[in-house]
Amino acid sequence: MEIKKPAVAGTLESSDCQIVIRPNGGEGIEIELESDVAVMFGDSIRETIQNTLEEFGVKDAYVEIRDKGALDCVIKARMECVICRGAEEKYDWTKEDAR
Amino acid sequence: MAEKTIHLKRTSLYASGASPVNMIQAIFYNEDMLIYDLEDSVPASEKDAARFLVYNMVKNHRPKDKYVCIRVNGIYSEYLEEDLQAAVRANPDCIRIPKVEYAREVQDISRRIAAIEEKIGLEVGKIELICNIESYMGVINAMEIAHSDPRVVAMAVSAEDLTASLKAQRTKKGLEVFYARNAVLMACRSAGIDALDIVFSDINDKEGLEEDTALAKNLGFDGKTCIHPRQIDTVNSFFTPSMKEIKYALRVLQAVEEGKKQHKGAVTLDGGMIDKPMELRALTTLAQAKAAGIRTEGMVI
Repeated sequence: MEIKKPAVAGTLESSDCQIVIRPNGGEGIEIELESDVAVMFGDSIRETIQNTLEEFGVKDAYVEIRDKGALDCVIKARMECVICRGAEEKYDWTKEDAR
Repeated sequence: MAEKTIHLKRTSLYASGASPVNMIQAIFYNEDMLIYDLEDSVPASEKDAARFLVYNMVKNHRPKDKYVCIRVNGIYSEYLEEDLQAAVRANPDCIRIPKVEYAREVQDISRRIAAIEEKIGLEVGKIELICNIESYMGVINAMEIAHSDPRVVAMAVSAEDLTASLKAQRTKKGLEVFYARNAVLMACRSAGIDALDIVFSDINDKEGLEEDTALAKNLGFDGKTCIHPRQIDTVNSFFTPSMKEIKYALRVLQAVEEGKKQHKGAVTLDGGMIDKPMELRALTTLAQAKAAGIRTEGMVI
């Protein structure tokens, strides 16, 4: 998917995360992470973000995540949502069948 | 004795699909049924986000000891098709349909679920349905809805929308929904499915909750929807069977087993025939006892 416009998903409530995505002007993928647990889980959070971008075929995006202790599955859900919003596309749920 | 899966439905608790913390906390309470909600608790601007959250939560963070349910958006809403696509793939125990009024609506949804189940290789018919009855038309047609599809395992009365559709005033005593509760209950009994009672809205009135739950239990309901986690233990306690009920259930099951050993087609107890619904009721009673921590193994009956 191609990120066409800036988009946001998630909240700053406990156990959630807020993710902003925008086109990165051909500079590839950049991830900016802010989390109280970055020392312990930073790599894992970045990996989830990276994997979701790959799954959706996103090659050019600037991703900012403010994590408030979100579970991995919450981060994934927020990423999936923000990518679809930024790409202005509905999710094709049949893609889940191959996973 | 042959093992049968009995899913208790003494208490149901909604967790908003818009709130990760709500969904995570709901796992730690004692409700039998956890309902991940895509409908009323989710604002229109967050329907897409809630769908992703609920899908990922049920898929990856599902509680093992609860009956897991997803409430989709209304039958005629623009969100339903995508809700079903996501919900079926999450593979919950059940999908809860709001504001059901006609049998054909349930049959249509069941067909759509079957098409997805087939496509993804799930056993067709595995996902169960609970129909929320929330209008006078739903109450009038409760019987046809209860019998509409083999997937339907329960119906739940919802008082707030129902009173609005009746132009009635919602009161604590609930006289205005008394007929509806009974009509839905009788339809459920006729179809051999569970009947789930209305919520008691005042979370600070424990006495009122006890009175209302006692009424629900005495009328014959199998459980009650809770509006707040603090109501769960109270409601569960009312749906804990008495020793007399437990012993009778054990006797029913013992008679059924004896009948099987002797290859009897019909089994009797105390001069009366034991039919399939009686056997299921006995199994449910024992499951309720077990959930309340009562040990029935070796009990003298």
